[in-house]
Amino acid sequence: MTAPLFDLPDTEGRVHRLADRVGAPATVVVFTCNHCPYALAWHDRIAAVADDYAGKGLEVLCINSNDASRYPADSPEAMRERVRTERWRMPYLHDATQVVAAAYGARTTPDVFVLDGDLELRYRGAPDADHDDPAQNASWLRGAIDAVLTGTEPEPAETEPIGCSIKWKS
Amino acid sequence: MTENPSIELLWWEGCPSTPAALAALRAALAEQGRDPESVVVREIRTDEQAAAEAFMGSPTIRVGGNDLFPAAGEPAGLTCRIYRLADGRPSPTPDPELLRQELTRRLSP
Repeated sequence: MTAPLFDLPDTEGRVHRLADRVGAPATVVVFTCNHCPYALAWHDRIAAVADDYAGKGLEVLCINSNDASRYPADSPEAMRERVRTERWRMPYLHDATQVVAAAYGARTTPDVFVLDGDLELRYRGAPDADHDDPAQNASWLRGAIDAVLTGTEPEPAETEPIGCSIKWKS
Repeated sequence: MTENPSIELLWWEGCPSTPAALAALRAALAEQGRDPESVVVREIRTDEQAAAEAFMGSPTIRVGGNDLFPAAGEPAGLTCRIYRLADGRPSPTPDPELLRQELTRRLSP
């Protein structure tokens, strides 16, 4: 499956185009949010992946698709504040229309997608096997990235995403 | 004769933490010699129900009608509740030791 393209603004209004990642070694798209304990529990591990692989051409694009009218903790203002106070180094994109989450079939926060240089989907699921165990170190995500970078098949290529449901607009 | 206070676990389907929270609660009760099956499990389905119950997220554990981990200022709503483990990490379920401590405190005569 080729990943659906998107153009989404980050918390500073800069638009990130997935199409610009064609030819990059690997790209990770993470549906996440501010208000979910699962997303928060896994956040540091995902951020560490972004840091550890930045020198290898990886970019991690975090996307918040939740309905901010019902979940104010996921508003653009709250996203901006979190990026500022936590000194994020990953873009935090706002999917206000939820079109991107729907196109990916995102189900939870977090829900992780690893793409290769052709934007082909190579892994989808949870970062690792246990949100409650930092020692897991996002091992599924790291394994999938390593596989993409070395031209092999991720194993596993898919796991069950675990987390809070995406908060769809009614 | 003193009545045993009710022990409730309120949950919402948007959070997958209910089985783990219920298991931890029942285990903690069993450790204290109480009936683990005495937990009343109630589903919160709507925003209106959440508001009426002052439900601050799933899972919520109440003893005698009082939240085991009161969080002042949190709005009621259909959401996943954020707990803090003893080391400060966020978690979808209460810290097991803190859960045991709070149950002991609330259930002691």
